[in-house]
Order: sequence, then structure tokens, then C-alpha cells
Amino acid sequence: MSERVTAERVTSRRGRGVVVRGNDIDTDQIIPARYMTSIRFAGLEEFVFRDVRFTSDGVPKGHPFDDRRYRGAEVLVVNQNFGCGSSREHAPQALGRWGIRAIVGESFAEIFFGNCVALGIPAVTASRADVAKLMDAVELDPAQELAVDLAARTVTWRGGSAAIRMPDGARGQLMDGSWDAMRTLLEARDQILAKAAALPYVKGF
Amino acid sequence: MAPGRNLLDKVWDLHTVRELPGGQTQLFIGLHLIHEVTSPQGFQMLDDAGLSVLVPSRTFATVDHIVPTDTHARPLRDAQAEEMLEAVEANTKRHGIQFFPIGSGSQGIVHVIGPELGLTQPGQTIACGDSHTSTHGAFGAIAFGIGTSQVRDVLASQCLALARPKVRRISVSGALGFGVYAKDVILHVIRRLGVKGGVGYAYEYAGPVIERLSMEERMTLCNMSIEGGARVGYVNPDDATFDYLRGRRFAPEAGAFEHAVAWWRSMASDKDARFDDEVELAGGEIAPTVTWGTNPGQAIGVTEKLPRVDELPDDDRAAAEDAYKFMDLVPGRPIAGTPIQVAFIGSCTNGRLSDLREAARVAKTGKVAPGVRALVVPGSEAVRAAAESEGLHEVFKAAGFQWREAGCSMCLAMNPDKLIGRELCASSSNRNFKGRQGSPTGRTLLMSPAMVAAAALRGRVADVRELL
Repeated sequence: MSERVTAERVTSRRGRGVVVRGNDIDTDQIIPARYMTSIRFAGLEEFVFRDVRFTSDGVPKGHPFDDRRYRGAEVLVVNQNFGCGSSREHAPQALGRWGIRAIVGESFAEIFFGNCVALGIPAVTASRADVAKLMDAVELDPAQELAVDLAARTVTWRGGSAAIRMPDGARGQLMDGSWDAMRTLLEARDQILAKAAALPYVKGF
Repeated sequence: MAPGRNLLDKVWDLHTVRELPGGQTQLFIGLHLIHEVTSPQGFQMLDDAGLSVLVPSRTFATVDHIVPTDTHARPLRDAQAEEMLEAVEANTKRHGIQFFPIGSGSQGIVHVIGPELGLTQPGQTIACGDSHTSTHGAFGAIAFGIGTSQVRDVLASQCLALARPKVRRISVSGALGFGVYAKDVILHVIRRLGVKGGVGYAYEYAGPVIERLSMEERMTLCNMSIEGGARVGYVNPDDATFDYLRGRRFAPEAGAFEHAVAWWRSMASDKDARFDDEVELAGGEIAPTVTWGTNPGQAIGVTEKLPRVDELPDDDRAAAEDAYKFMDLVPGRPIAGTPIQVAFIGSCTNGRLSDLREAARVAKTGKVAPGVRALVVPGSEAVRAAAESEGLHEVFKAAGFQWREAGCSMCLAMNPDKLIGRELCASSSNRNFKGRQGSPTGRTLLMSPAMVAAAALRGRVADVRELL
């Protein structure tokens, strides 16, 4: 299986939500390092939030990802600084392979955010008050469909909606389908090689 | 007259290939470092796309995360780890990338060997599939961690699509007290500015305290920028930087070196450079610092008492309550005296020769306390050899520490070095996240290597100043 999906224009994501509360949820929680000893991303979904979801003996602790009301959820709702810590793309890979296709939060760690964009997963922010409302709404009615609309810059739920933010560059990449950056970067092949040749430390001072 | 420019702006502008339609920059990456955990999938993606490596001479590889430190013998006992090593060997060979394997004398943690080999230089852009790439900012480079899709992007195009960060200058005035190290400075910075205070920023570290730090200390400082939320941290290059680089394997050779120095100097922030934000901290206020919680911002001076939850800002209270529960520590009690079961000296933060020297000064004063498992893991084969030539390994062994081979070891436990059960570890590494050191319920206290050595001897968290 290919390690990637094909780039598409991501203008909106619709789906049911799942709430994971808490600030500073780090990438070691999202995917513990001991599950990263494979040279493939396939199968990572099995270990997403492993230590938060299960005791060392494998007994479920009642994490939202194991709550049957959230089964099939595609929009993850989080608080502040989600994805802090390591640069491991394994974190958004694990979430994406579990089924998450968009994330709404108060804020994101920078490398995690970039990794999400590179996988076509919009990670958008909303105000603290709006995230709180959205979390409450999803927990009250997990069956409802949420819509994360990058074009309109809104997230909507049954009976509510809120403004969302995303840096222009990343939003543009998602909306025009250039989030899989490699092809875009390679369009400037000649300029890249010219740049390399001109750098003092490449040409030997 | 145009206002002065800071180092980030100079490096960014120099490496800009073009502005992308969405407003991001296509940035040329001058040095790409790869290791076994985050590169195999990148090469696979490259293969899937039918592409090759565009500038193989600007990528260098080693192995560190999954390497066992009790023995480097092949094949590795863990079949998946062996497969990772073989993937690096095959990928680098096929694409003509220089690789520093086990036994070469140059293997080690990627953020230790880059500087050691003279690959890391001022004015460069540096990327690696590891968040602690910020380490290389110690040389006045703009260095940052990337994910695996971005590793693929660099392999394919030697470029990344990125938004330019803002720059916050953090000036540390005065001087550091006795027994206070670069590790304490960065833990103090994170304690003051928070674990998310640096999101969207590059940190420029400046001021008298920073200027007096050695290159290895600057690496410790920049290493943990990411723990404060800043993807990039840097120190302006100066004579200490140039002296460190002179004569290293990949540094400019004698004839070119002075030209290089002139150019490196020109890349430093101008005297009148502008910053998006400025913060001043007093060096004299920094004590030997210890973390007590499950993020690196949850830290106090070793002589302080654990903060009461109601003393903390509203936003930090829920995390503090959760951390106290996990750590099994009690607010209001002193952190000093907390019993430990494991002591770990090593990692990309504190696995360099000067770290081992400081820890050995402490180790020399006694024996590891009964019931404490104590590991010293050099950051590279070269650090190990240099330490052995000074006899540091004998000092550690005589005191009851295990002397290991080079690797990431217990910093992140992707190798056999792991905490067991609820063990509490005094650690010179960079993250105290739940489960970070390999046991889902294992606990970590971050501190300087000298403080770890002190804790190992006492069997409890101790103020290293009492042992020096």
C-alpha cells in the first residue's frame, strides 16, 4: 500500500465529532514511541492514545476513542497546544488512520500542525469559548454531523456555529490541493539548483 | 536608513527560493540530517512517486533512536530495530547519501554528531525528522524538526514550504550562580514563558549569560526550545562558535576558514536588529532546577517547595492536578529528598563531553545509592572515546554507574533502555511526558547531568551545590 493518499482540494470536512479534553496533549500520548519501531505507518491506528486508553494490562480506561457513541467520528475537538512534543508524523498518521479527517482546537503545536497539513488534515483553531460550546454540543449529541468549512471559515454544529482560524498559507495549500507540497516545490527545480550553487557554504567559501 | 535585521531574517531571505502562492516560502534546506525512525517512510514515499534525491550531497545519515546501548553487536536482537537499520543502510547506499554507521567512530545522536563533525555551521538552514533539531541553532543556524512527509519533500527537492516565524529575543542578564548550568537556564525559560509560549516564534537567546556559555552549553539551551513551543532557537555566532568549528572534519579548510568566519559574522543579528518580542531574565535568579510534573514547564528550583495548585495560573491548574496524581507528589512539600530509583545521564540535550565531565566531578565524591540503577550514555562514539581517554568511564564505573555505548537510550525508550513500572527517574533528557521513558506509568524528573549524578549518589533529589 502507498504511504500516502492523493492530494485533493480540501475545502470542508463533514462528519461526527469526538471530544478529547485537556491542554498540552503531547505526541507521546497520541502515539507512544514504542509503537514506532516499524518502517511503515500502516497499522498505527491500533495504538493511537494507547496508554491513555488502556492500563498496562490492556483494560480500557474509558477514553472517548473507545466510547461507542463516538464510533466513526471524523472531527476531533481538543483544547490548547495539542500535539506538543516530538516531530513524529506518526501522531497525525495514527489519528488519520483511526478515522480523523479534521481537528478543531484552541491551539496546536507547530510541527504537529505542519504534519497535519502535509496529510490533508485541516487543524483549525477557534476561541476558547467556542471550543467549549462545541465540546459540550458534541458530548450532548454525538450523533450529529459537524461541518468544518475552510472556505467560509466556520465550524457548524446542530444549533450553533463559530468562526475558525488557520494561517493563510496552510489554508491556501489545503483549498487549492497543493498541501502535498513535493510537486509544488519541484516545479522550481532550476531555481533550487541555482540557489544551492550560490550558497557560500555549499560552494566552499 | 533601513532598520537592522536579525539572524533569522537574514538566513530566511538568503535561503528563499520563491514565495508560494498561498504566502508560504519555498525555503532551501542547506543541511538535512536523517535517522532510522523517521526516514524509511520518507524514502518509500519518494519511491512511490518515482523520484530520486535531488541534492544527495546535502543529506547525512546516522542511527540513534533504536540503537541498543548495552552492545552495538549486529544483528540487533529486536528484529524490527534491525529492519530499521537495514533500511537506512539500503536507502543511503542507493541514493548516494553519506552514512555514519555503528562502529565508524562517527555514529551517535544526530544532534550530537552534526556539530561534532563540523556539518552544522552558522547561517545554514537545517532540517531533520526530529523535534530537537533546534539544537543546531547554537551555531547561529535556523534549525527545526520536520515530519516524515517533509523529510520526503527535502529528499525530493531540498526545500520545504514554510511560514516565516516571528522572533522573540530572550536576554539573560548578569551571571549564573555556582552549580547552575545551561539546562537550568532553559528549564527556567520554559517555566517562565510556558510550554506553549513559543508557538509561532523562533527564540533568539542573547545577553551576557548566553554569550559566556560554551558551544556545548548553547546546544543544551537551544535543544529544549521546542519544549517551550518554539520550533527554532538560536544564538548568534561569535568567536566561541568559530573556535569550536576550526579543524573539524566538514568545517571549511584552512584557506577558506577566514572567508567563512567573515561571512558567518555577517549573518549575526545586527546591533539595531528588530524583534517581534523581547523578554529579559536575570541569570542570578536561576537555581538548579527540577521538573515535578508531566510537562517541562512544571519546574521549580531544587530548594523550593512543590507549588500549591491554587498558586498556579488558572490555565495550569487542571494539568497540575493531573500531574500530581500521576507523579504521586504532594503540593507544599520540598522536591529535594524525593526518592529516585533510576538515574539517566545522556541524550541530545546533555550527552556531550562537558556534561559527562560535570557529572563525573559529582560521581567522584561517592557511590551510587543502593537500589538505584544509574546509566551514563555518551551522545556519540566520539564523545565516548574522548571521555574514555580522560578516564571518565573509570570514574563512573568506580562509583557504580553503568557505562554504555552511544545512542538515545532512555530519553525516549525506543530501544531496550526503559523504566519499569512506576520507577522514578532523575534524567538529564528533555521530556517528562507520561510514558516517555518506556513504562506507561514510569515517572521522570528533568534536571542537569550534575544534578542527576547528585541524585544517583544520594538516592534522592539533592542540591548538587552540596556535593561540588
